[in-house]
Amino acid sequence: MSVVTEDLPEGKRQRIEVSELFRRYGTAAIFLVLVIGAASQSQAFLTERNVMNVLRQVAPTGIMAVGMLFVILTRGIDLSVGSLLALGSVSCALTAAAGSGTPVAVAAAVGAGAAAGIVTGVLVAYAELPPFVITLAMMTAARGSALILASGQPIMMGDPGEALTDFGSGFVLGVPQPVILMFAVFVVAGVVLNFTKFGRIVKAIGSNAEAVRLSGIAAPRYVMAVYVISGALAATAGIISASRTGVGSGSIGVGAELDVIAAVVIGGASLMGGRGGVVNTLLGALVMGVIGNIMNLADVPGYNQQVFMGGIIVVAMLLQYGARWLRR
Amino acid sequence: MGPLVELKGITRSFGGVRALKGIDFDLRPGEVHALLGENGAGKSTLMRVLAGEITPDGGAILIDGASVAPYDPRVAASHGIAVIHQETALAPDLSVAENIFMRELPGIIAWPALNRRAAVLLKQLGFAIDPRRTVGDLAVAHQQVVEIAKALSQKVRVIVFDEPTAVLSTGDAERLHGIIAGLRAEGVGIVYISHRLEEVFRISDRMTVMKDGRVVGVTTPRDASVEDVIRMMVGRPLAALFPKAEGRRIGDEVLRVADLRRGNRVRGVSLSVRAGEIVGLGGLVGSGRTETVRLIFGADRRDDGTIHLRGEQARISSPLDAVLAGIGLVPEDRKHQGVILDMPIRTNTTMARLAPVVNALGFLRLRVERGLVEALSKRLRLKSAGVDAPASSLSGGNQQKVVLAKWFHAGTDVIILDEPTRGVDVGAKAEIYALIEELAAAGRAVLVISSEHQELFGLCDRVLVMAEGRIAGELQPADYSEERLLTLAMTRGAAPLRKAS
Repeated sequence: MSVVTEDLPEGKRQRIEVSELFRRYGTAAIFLVLVIGAASQSQAFLTERNVMNVLRQVAPTGIMAVGMLFVILTRGIDLSVGSLLALGSVSCALTAAAGSGTPVAVAAAVGAGAAAGIVTGVLVAYAELPPFVITLAMMTAARGSALILASGQPIMMGDPGEALTDFGSGFVLGVPQPVILMFAVFVVAGVVLNFTKFGRIVKAIGSNAEAVRLSGIAAPRYVMAVYVISGALAATAGIISASRTGVGSGSIGVGAELDVIAAVVIGGASLMGGRGGVVNTLLGALVMGVIGNIMNLADVPGYNQQVFMGGIIVVAMLLQYGARWLRR
Repeated sequence: MGPLVELKGITRSFGGVRALKGIDFDLRPGEVHALLGENGAGKSTLMRVLAGEITPDGGAILIDGASVAPYDPRVAASHGIAVIHQETALAPDLSVAENIFMRELPGIIAWPALNRRAAVLLKQLGFAIDPRRTVGDLAVAHQQVVEIAKALSQKVRVIVFDEPTAVLSTGDAERLHGIIAGLRAEGVGIVYISHRLEEVFRISDRMTVMKDGRVVGVTTPRDASVEDVIRMMVGRPLAALFPKAEGRRIGDEVLRVADLRRGNRVRGVSLSVRAGEIVGLGGLVGSGRTETVRLIFGADRRDDGTIHLRGEQARISSPLDAVLAGIGLVPEDRKHQGVILDMPIRTNTTMARLAPVVNALGFLRLRVERGLVEALSKRLRLKSAGVDAPASSLSGGNQQKVVLAKWFHAGTDVIILDEPTRGVDVGAKAEIYALIEELAAAGRAVLVISSEHQELFGLCDRVLVMAEGRIAGELQPADYSEERLLTLAMTRGAAPLRKAS
C-alpha cells in the first residue's frame, strides 16, 4: 500500500460490519431475492396453494436438517439420515399394517431411528471413530435393514387409524400438518440450542472439544445425544412420507442426506463445528424448496435443476465466506 | 550503513480499534533489535505487516531505502524476510525434512538427500532431531527449532523471532542465542520479541518499546535499566511483581499423589500439596511435568498410582471425576485447551460449574449468569468489551484470566496451573500472580508448573524439580537459586536432595 496519509478507520469498520451482515443475513437475502424474483415472474408462485405445497415438500428435509444441524454443530456429520428415513417409513407401515394403531406405529418408527442413532453415537462418541465413516456405514446398514424388513416390497399401511392417515394430507387452520410439525421442531430446537445447557455444550464441543473435556464435562454423552436426535428426526420424516403416500418403502430417501446437508450449509452452519443457527437452517431448507418449485413452475427439466442447485450452494458459500476477503 | 528495512508511519485498525498508530521502526544489518511491550501493544501486528501478512491502512515499507508496493508475503519472502511466529505454522503430519524444505520441494523427492540436508541444517543449529520424524510428534520446543531451520533453509536477510524462548528450556534458549549471534555476525538483521527482559538485555543491540500501538521509546541495553524498560512498557514502576504472602495460612494436606506412572514420561511421581500452599513444579521442557498434572486431573489415563484428597482415595479416571472431586486445571495450551475462542467470556467462565446457572429443567438462567460473571470479571480486573464479547477478542493475558475465572467460579479445592503466564505481558503477569496468591489465601491447594525460574521462586512456598519423569528433588525458599534448580533438573534423577514430602 502506497498511501502515506492518515488511516481510514471509518471505512474499515464498515467493511467488517458488512462481512458480519453477510454471514448473518446472507441466507435470508438469498431467500428474499428468490421469492421476489419468483413472484414477479410467475403469477402462480405466491398463491396460497403453491406456498403450502412448497412448505409441505420442504417439511421432511427441514425436520431432518434440525437433527443434522445439531450433529454439524458438534463438528460431526450424519450421512445415514436418508436411510433412516426409509427405515422409519417401513417401521411405521409394518406396525400400522399389523393393526397396532397410531401411537405404536409412531413409536416404532421413532424408536428405530433413535436406536440407529444410539449405535452411531456409541461408535462416534465413545469409540471416537470418525463420524463420516461411521455414518456412511450406518447409511448402508440401515438401508439394507429397511429393505429386509420390507422384503424389498412397498408396505401398504392399510388403515393405521385416523390420526396417521390425516397426518400426511390433513390441515390445521389451512396449514398442512407436517408443516406445523416442522415449525414445532424448529421452535423447540431453537429454544434448546439457545436457552439450555444442552444446546450450549453442543455448540461448545464443536468449537473446542478439548477445552470442554478439560472443564470436566462428559462430552461423549452430548455427542451421542445429537446422533440419537438426528436418527429420531430422520425416522419422523419417514412417518410423514408413509402417512402421505400410505406406503412404507425401503427405497425412498436415497440421497436425501445430501439435500439435508446442503440445507444446513446454505443456512450458514460451519462444517468445522460450533457455528450455525436454527432460523438460518430453516431458511436454508426453504431456499432449496423454493428453487425446486420455481424451476418446476418454469418447466425446467430435472437434470438442469440439479446443476442449478449446485450453483446455488456455491453462491451461498460465496456470500458467507467471500465476505472474509473484505476483511483482509 | 543504511537500514535494511524501514517501516514509516504504519497505521492499521481492526474493527475500529486502532492497533497501530503511526509506527516508525527500522532494522540495520547485523543488529539484534528487540521489540518490547505488553501484550496488545501491537508488536505482533507490526511484525505481521513486515511479513506482508496484513496490509497497513497507511504508511510505507522501505527495503534498502526504496519503497516497496504492493507488499505481500511473497514479496517479503523474495527480499529474504522471514518471521518465526509464536504459534508455529508447520504441517503436523509431514516429516521434519518435508517441513523444512516445504517451499522448494521438488516434484519427485529424493528422500536420502533431503533428509541429509535437513540433518546438516539442524546440526548447525545444535539440535539432533531426526529429520524423518513427524513434526506433530515433536515437543513444542523442537517444533520451534524446525520452524527456525525452515526459515534458514533459504537466504535470509531479516529474521523476526516472536517470543521464541517462551516454550524453550534454558539450555535450548542458550543454543538459540548462539544461533542468533551467528546470524548477526553474518549481517542478518534480527528482530527479537520476548517478555524475558534479562535475555533481551543480554543479546540485543537496540530496543524499541511499544505501548498501545505507539512507539514510546528507543534505547539500548547500555542506556537503560530493566526497571526503565518496564516503566516504559506499563507506564508505571513495578515495585514488586510478586505479592507478599501475608495472611496466608498453610493448613492440612489436601492433595497427595503416590507413584503416578504413565509410559516412560511419568515414572513414579509422588507429591503432596496443603491447603493454602503454593507448590512449584520446575524442570526442563519434556521432564514430565505437564504429563504428571494431566494424570492428576484425569486428562490422560495413568498406568499406576493413587490420588488422595483430604486423606481419602479419589477415583479419578476423567476430568469430570477430577472436577467433581475438587481439582481444577489451567492447561498449558491456552488456545486449544483452555478457552473456547468463539464463545463469549460468560460461557467460558461458567463451563466447569454450570449448576448455579441452570434451572431444574436444564434451562440457562442467563441473567444470573451475567451477574455472576460480571462480578467475577470485575474482581479479576478483566479488560474486555463486556462479558458477552468472544474470548478471541481478548489479549493473551486476559484470555488466561478467563481460564482462571473458570476455576474461581468452580471453586475446586485444588488448582493446578500449567505455565500460567506463558506469552503474557508483564502487567498481566503481576495480576495473575496476585490471583494465584488470592486462591491460596482462600485455602486452596495450588500447584504451579513454570519454566521461568524467577516465577517459581517469587510465587511458591517450595519447588519440586522434575527430571526424566521423576521428582529429582525439592527446594525450600532458603535454597532458591537457578543453579540449584538446574542442577536437579539436569542431573537425570540423581539421588534426591530432599525427599519430596
